[in-house]
Formats: sequence, C-alpha cells, structure tokens
Amino acid sequence: MFKSSAEAERELQGAAVSHPALAEFGDKPADIEDTLLIRMYEEMWKLRLFDRRAVSLQRAGRIGTYPPLEGQEACQVGATLALRPQDFVVPTYRDYGAMILHGVPMENILLYWNGRAEGCVIPDGVNVFPIAVPIATQLPHAAGIAWAAKLRKLDQVALGFFGDGASSEGDFHEAMNFAGVFQLPVIYFCQNNQYAISVPFHRQTATATIAEKAAAYGVEGVRVNGWDAIQVYRAVHAAVEKAASGGGPTLIEALTYRYGPHTTSDDPTKYRPAEETDAWKARDPIATLGEQLRAWGIWNDALETELQERMQHMVSEAIGRMESAPPPNPEDMFLHIYAEPSPRLLRQREEFLASLGRPGGRQHE
Amino acid sequence: MSSKTLVQAINDGLRCAMARDPRVILLGEDVGVNGGVFRVTEGLLEQFGEERVIDTPLAESGILGTSVGLAANGMRPIPEIQFMGFIYPGFEQLVSHVARLRMRSRGRFTLPMVVRVPFGGRIRAPEIHSDSTETYFAHTPGLTVVVPSNPYDAKGLLLASVESEDPVIFLEPMRIYRAFREEVPDEYYTVPLRKATVVKEGTDVTVISWGTMVRETWTVIQRLEQERGVSVELIDLRTLSPWDEDTVMTSVNKTGRAVVVHEAVAHLGLGAEISARIHEECILQLEAPVARVASFDVPPPLFQLEDLHAPTPQRISAGIEKVFAF
Repeated sequence: MFKSSAEAERELQGAAVSHPALAEFGDKPADIEDTLLIRMYEEMWKLRLFDRRAVSLQRAGRIGTYPPLEGQEACQVGATLALRPQDFVVPTYRDYGAMILHGVPMENILLYWNGRAEGCVIPDGVNVFPIAVPIATQLPHAAGIAWAAKLRKLDQVALGFFGDGASSEGDFHEAMNFAGVFQLPVIYFCQNNQYAISVPFHRQTATATIAEKAAAYGVEGVRVNGWDAIQVYRAVHAAVEKAASGGGPTLIEALTYRYGPHTTSDDPTKYRPAEETDAWKARDPIATLGEQLRAWGIWNDALETELQERMQHMVSEAIGRMESAPPPNPEDMFLHIYAEPSPRLLRQREEFLASLGRPGGRQHE
Repeated sequence: MSSKTLVQAINDGLRCAMARDPRVILLGEDVGVNGGVFRVTEGLLEQFGEERVIDTPLAESGILGTSVGLAANGMRPIPEIQFMGFIYPGFEQLVSHVARLRMRSRGRFTLPMVVRVPFGGRIRAPEIHSDSTETYFAHTPGLTVVVPSNPYDAKGLLLASVESEDPVIFLEPMRIYRAFREEVPDEYYTVPLRKATVVKEGTDVTVISWGTMVRETWTVIQRLEQERGVSVELIDLRTLSPWDEDTVMTSVNKTGRAVVVHEAVAHLGLGAEISARIHEECILQLEAPVARVASFDVPPPLFQLEDLHAPTPQRISAGIEKVFAF
C-alpha cells in the first residue's frame, strides 16, 4: 500500500539527495534469477544507447521531433520484463522503451519518429497498442483491453503507462473508475518524472503522491522507487499475478526523473535547475544496478565491454534499417482508412497518383 | 413480420445481433436495469445477462475509450451515449482514436463498434438534449455515420453496422422513435451501409434528406405535387459518411434541380458538402443553384421555439419552390 502523505512528500522532496537505492546494496535478491537481473541491466543499456543515438539523429536532422526517455529506463525495463507475452502494453509517446522490450522492432520506433507510416506497424502477435499522443487517452483503452480479456476468459492483463501530468486529465479518472467498478485485470503504471513538460508535480495535484489517488477508486495503490528496476519489477510482477488471478486492478506510481527535455524541441534549463538534474544523474539507475551486479559477483569488465559493443551494434543495425528504407510511398496515406475505401477516396487516390505521373502505380514495387 | 416503432425495431435489431454473435455487448448509462432512457435496450439485460448488457459509470469518454479496448481485443461493443448533446466528453476518443486506430496501426487493430446516439430535436426536451451535430462526425475520416428514417431501415442498418469491421456512429432520430409503426421482419436482415435509397421517384427536382426530416419532407412533397403539378424525387441518404454520391448525382443529372433538407444548422451542415459536390459534378445539368433548407445558425433554442428553428413544412416547401423559380 502507499505510504503516508507526509512520508511520501519527504521522499519526493529529498529523493535527489538521499536516494534509498544507494544506501546499501544488500544481498542479491533471492526471488529473482541471476539471468533476469543481468537482463534488466542489459535492457536498460539497450534503451539508453537507443535513446542517445535517437537524440543524435534528431540533432542531425535525420529524424523528426523525439521525446527522450533517458533516466526512465529502470521503470520501463522493470515494468515490461514483469509482463508475459500475452499481456498488453498500452504506451504513451515516451514508452517506446517498453514497446521495444515487448516486441516492436527498434527501426519501427525510429521510422515513426521520422514521420513514416511504416513505423506504425506492430507485428502480429506482439501485444502492444499504438503510441497514444493525447494525454491519458490510452488509459480507458487499457481498461477496455483488460475488460475484453476478462469477458473472454483470457489469461491476459493490460498495462497502461502514463505520467504525472496525465493524472490531472479526466480520462485518468474515468479509466481508474471503470477499472475499480468492474475489477478489471489492468495495471496503471505512472512514471512520475515530476514534470509535465515544465509544470512541476506540485502544480498537478495537491496530493503528495499519485498512488494515494487509487483509494478514491477502490483500487490498490503502490508507490515504488522508479530508480530501482528490481523494485519496479517486483511491484509489477505482483500486480500481474494479482490481476491474472482475479484480484483486480493496481495503480503503481514509480518515482523517476527524465534527464533530458520533454522532446527535442524543449529546453529544460528554463524550468529546472541544473543542480537538480545533476543530483539525479549522479545516482544513475543503470550505473547503480551495474555496481550491484558486480558486488553480487555476476558482472565484470569483460561482460560490460561485450555488452556495450553488442548493444551499440544492435542500435546501429536498427538505424541502418531505418535509413535504408525506401522513400515513403505517397499512396500510403490512403490506406487503412476503412476496411473498404469509399468510391470517393478511390477517386481522390487515383487523381493524386495521376498528378504524380503514375496512375494506379506504386512507387516501390 | 410484425408492426414496430423505430424504438422496437432497434431493440429487435440489438436482440438479433446479440443472439447471433456472443462477442456483441451493450454498455452505457442506464442501458441495463432501466432498459435505456428511451427503452431501446428494454428486456435485453434479462435475456443476455449483466456481462453483456452493462450499466456503466456516468462517463462518456470512459464508455467510448473502454469500447476502443474492448473492440480491439476481440469484442463487438455497442456503446450508447444517452443524448447527442452529451457525447462531447468522448469526442477526443472518437476523433483521435476510434476514427484512426485502423490507420494508426496500419490495419493491425480494427474497431468493430457501433456507437448508438439518440439525436435531433423537437421532443420538448430540456436544453442540450436536442443537438443535430452529425457534421462533427461526418467530417472525420475513418468514421461511418448512419441515420435511419424508418423502423425497417433502422433494424437493417443497425445489423449492417454491427457486421461492419469499422466503427459506426449510429444516430437515432428521437422525434420518430415512436411516431409511427411499420412492418419489420422478425428474422435477421441487413440494409447496406453507404447506400442511399430513392424513397420516391420523380423527374423535376431531387430532394435529399435523412432521419426525421425524410417523413416530414415526404408530406410536403405530396402536397406540392398535387398543388403545383411538379414531380419530386426524394432520396434518403441513410449513410451520411461516406455518403452515396452515385445515387445523388444520377438523380440530379436526371432532374436538373436539387434541394437538401436537414435538421442541423445550415453553416457547414452536410448540405453544404452535398451542394458543393452536386455543383462540381452536375453543373451543366443544373437548372438552378442547389438549395438548402436547414436550421438557423443559432444553438437549438429552448423548446418553446424549437419548432421554428428546424425546417418547417413552409420552409421546406419554399426551398423546393425556389429552385423552380430561379
């Protein structure tokens, strides 16, 4: 259950200077296998390297506006690795890390942020919903997906990501309420990175936490350290087990921080002191987990070198596939509007293609 | 066959759809125990149980947003929005997600859902209960907007909408929910979407309408034909988007005159688009500019004046006479 408001508020205010994950490493978790601990670390690096390369691509004009996730890797890795393949990820625009981990190819994410329809493709069998752009609108979708699973008696849960800003939207309230009333197998996972673009958390809500809002819906609320992938994993894993066994929804709030701007069009120095960002970076969640793995004797320099090379190679390959994609096919904009295009739409497409000098033809055959 | 009102025909259609396909569920405010505020869903909770006829919290975005997830994950939900004037909290879900999920997922996720919405005015309802804002939805690519004008079509169009793999906004004209009865088959049948129907053939002018206004226009036409000796062709559009341009253009090319009659306000009402398309396609056959008969460009007034806001028989008649006088 969530902590008392006063306690949570102290943690929020003091998080940057007295982070609990760093107090001591403690013993290696007995409930999580070594391979999974290592996988968490590897996946966090995968997302960070992907993210940094994507920002560089944007700065070089090779993709469009991009919303970096750096800093939030422990949240997305811990949460997504706790899901089963049949479970649904319902993401926002910053949760492409979760999308990648749940099976969406990296190059699709890059193509999407490069304004390409091909990037919207989610492979069959990969249970990921399209990125939701309007804030909090994905949360009712997650409830509906979970509701269908319940009605169809499927062993499946849905996890809807959202941020602290989304908790102010009506759709957050409506989704939480439906989840509670119908006891849906859904998990709402808030990455509270403490800023909605520039607006700080205390301007979103007068409550000290997001987690305590769950009580208003008859839903269990949990607050975790979003700087600690292991803690996130445990919370989501427990919520999946609960949901899958008929125990209903859970709201999980993970306290985290985004290192970079809201998007590549944003300048966070206008609203955040550099010292604050530096303090969070000094206690970086990936570096911390790496130190833990070494302390527990399951990680070393040779593995680290191999990991960095492997992940850089993987990201480079994805970038190569993105950049070697043929030019966009203008006809694509007419596809997938209806199951059957209307005669009018077909006429518009025909006239458009004729204006391009290739009636009825496709550019890349 | 049995004699049914529009309400009974839609109720029968819902029953047929649910009996045929276990994926079909109803959800909305007061649709279960109460059978809907207009009794459209009466008896369905008793027949199909509370897992398939679901009283939801009072939350239009929640109803439409959860329907997105339900439809994408294998169900065929039929959400009800109690009145068109209350659909706006869910507008974002409709235009940003419902209309676009097929496109945004490149066909991976489709939304076979039918959003039922009572609409239109002149039932002496309180404020905000009388909107005819079909343009908002017809303006949005990806949505299909359907309006029946009689009990037979209501059942058939509803069942075709449930069969559709794309989301349908199914608008139910409240004024004629119980205005008249018609023979309606008891068995399952569909009336095709995207297909207008020629209610009455004629040679001198084409009148295009839908919903409540079809029957009222028909009454006016009968009188006009007797009094003026003109021959009027009446088209019920039935699907407002994507609409059946072929049937309309074929008719106007024959008659050389066209009038659009609708209860929505004139400004950017669907009549504007229909008129523009007729001018684009049939200009050389036209004897007169296309006329529109619509509500005035003001919000629906409180009910004492609402009958004068919507097209009256006099205004419909004048609109038709205008294209002959040009």
